[in-house]
Amino acid sequence: MSDPHTDNPAAESAVKTEPGKNVENGHARYEAIPGHPHIKPPGVPQAQTKILSAESIAEIQRKMVRYPVRKSAVLPALTVAYRQIGYLNDEIYEELAQITEIPKLHIAEAASFYTLFPKKPRGKYLIMVCDNISCALCGADSLIKYLEEKLQIRLGETTPDNLFTLQSAECLAGCSAAPMMQVNHAYYENLTRKKIDELIETWRREG
Amino acid sequence: MPEKLVLFKHIKDPNHKTVSGYESHGGYSAWRKALTSYKPEEVIAEVKESGLRGRGGAGFPTGLKWSFVPKDSPKPRYLICNADESEPGTCKDRVLLEDDPHAVIEGMAIAAYAIGAHLAFNYIRGEFDYPISVFEKAVDEAYERGHLGNDIYGSGFDLHMITHTGGGAYICGEETALINSLAGDRGMSSMKPPFPAVEGLYGCPTVVNNVETLAVLPHIINNGAAWHKSMGTEKSPGTKLFSLTGHVNRPGNYELELGTTLRELIYDIGGGIPGNRNIKAIIPGGASCPFMTPDQLDTPLDFESIAEAGSMLGSGGCIVLDDRTDIVWATYKLIKFFKHESCGKCTPCRQGTKWITQLVDGILAGKGNEEDIKKIDDICHNMLGRTICPLGDAAAMPVISVVQKFRDDFLRRIQMQSPLRMEQFAVE
Ligand SMILES: Cc1cc2nc3c(=O)[nH]c(=O)nc-3n(C[C@H](O)[C@H](O)[C@H](O)COP(=O)(O)O)c2cc1C
Ligand code: SF4
Ligand code: FES
Repeated sequence: MSDPHTDNPAAESAVKTEPGKNVENGHARYEAIPGHPHIKPPGVPQAQTKILSAESIAEIQRKMVRYPVRKSAVLPALTVAYRQIGYLNDEIYEELAQITEIPKLHIAEAASFYTLFPKKPRGKYLIMVCDNISCALCGADSLIKYLEEKLQIRLGETTPDNLFTLQSAECLAGCSAAPMMQVNHAYYENLTRKKIDELIETWRREG
Repeated sequence: MPEKLVLFKHIKDPNHKTVSGYESHGGYSAWRKALTSYKPEEVIAEVKESGLRGRGGAGFPTGLKWSFVPKDSPKPRYLICNADESEPGTCKDRVLLEDDPHAVIEGMAIAAYAIGAHLAFNYIRGEFDYPISVFEKAVDEAYERGHLGNDIYGSGFDLHMITHTGGGAYICGEETALINSLAGDRGMSSMKPPFPAVEGLYGCPTVVNNVETLAVLPHIINNGAAWHKSMGTEKSPGTKLFSLTGHVNRPGNYELELGTTLRELIYDIGGGIPGNRNIKAIIPGGASCPFMTPDQLDTPLDFESIAEAGSMLGSGGCIVLDDRTDIVWATYKLIKFFKHESCGKCTPCRQGTKWITQLVDGILAGKGNEEDIKKIDDICHNMLGRTICPLGDAAAMPVISVVQKFRDDFLRRIQMQSPLRMEQFAVE
């Protein structure tokens, strides 16, 4: 077991803040977490990256310094990287390792466990239709079939123009508005064929 | 019994999700009261007295869980809000995160104070983009108003809050897996003991509570234990959120006193079954609960009564299956979920869910035989109680109930020897 008090290399002394004044630019400040006096944002990022943007690095750093134990930043770091790039791979793990000083092997191993992070590029619109019980009772399977016909691809495939990838998903906690799907980061609920037609048309138009 | 709105009282007011709207409805008065006029052990005593039981599925008494945190430990303590909501049929916590984020924050603050934690995490499933953004904004607002931070309300108590987002894995809702995931590891469950209250996050005392459990706390502090006990049943006091889904006219999330009957939920609140059809089966508490049958509609929805009826209240995700539903198909839908979500650490769960899925799939494809029913049942019984975490049981229990209660449906499918189209129900 790592000692929670010394594990964060960014360890420094506490900064005491005034009550109600722990806010900076509208965002909560975390550098003086009691019991974790070592938490303080590091200076300018040292990492040299080709893929991850400066904004992504700053975002990861901002999240990372809040945790008493640095390793906790693995999921947040993967999330930021995936949001910028759309998928994850070995080179990205390498860059994340540089930024977070968490071993690359550990980052890659954690990433492999979680389904939210695609390991290869997807279409511009990643369509994930929940086909679990509550949605299935409301026609999710027929909706998937409808999408397959409409997009001329099978479940799991991407359209040749790289616009759409169609996948099934496990319950997304939208069960009372079934059937539903998640497309990229948004939920679409109470779906009908008509709604699907409209959505697909909009996305095709926007390209 | 009609709906009883405590948690959902202001849920439809869009202003309620802002800190000023929340405060105008009396928000944060309980946190101030707890912090300025209660000792931590008094908060624990009040919550124990209130009879509040965890809303995450197991119904464990909340105050009792808190009292397991060692008083003399020199280690920091942590509070974690479990917002990983991923059990099929359950979508209530999402409503609280989206429409009442400050109640969750206030509840987390009260719980953190009770156990002596100065750092609280909200572990929200990664798919919840919108709820995450609402919650993060609410946390920033709470800091701005001095509800979080250092020396809150001049009490000398410091509390900080971190929103942590998951990576899409149902198993991370199980508390030990959640803790491992939050620590940056693969989200696999660990053997208990040690229990998280003694050795949890980073090896420190940790309490994990469900979103809804936490959101009730401000009301208990404001109105007292006796008020809470005046609702619900003797052993299951209070109100509970129910997600009503499947074949009902008015699916949705509803707040009811515990002890309201299934019939009242499905017919009075939910408006009955589309086309006035009959009910084939009911899963009362989310996908891991044994099936119930229409003759059990008068069962009260509380922890004891549902258990007596052979199922579980679970997370309160009530799934209604009408008489058109092919039960073998429904079984497939459930078991393939658990197969997908098994973390793979123990053989009975990893292999068992796989074998059952194959067998049920075979029956659906018209290739089953009577032997398969017994095989399915055997595999389930070999999983029960033989796994590290309760996911193995969660997968086996509904299947056991199905092959027992709907054996004839299985036989009929087997005799038909013809494949069933997966798209059983059409979408408009
Ligand atoms: C496989 C599995 C998944 C779970 N998922 C959740 C979940 O999504 N949300 C939740 O609050 N509890 C979930 N639980 C229960 C938690 O382990 C834990 O008991 C609960 O968060 C405690 O909160 P409570 O005492 O407030 O009920 C799950 C349990 C298991 C075994
Ligand atoms: S029961 Fe299943 S999910 Fe739980 S630890 Fe074992 S393999 Fe993992
Ligand atoms: S079953 Fe589809 S969102 Fe829950």
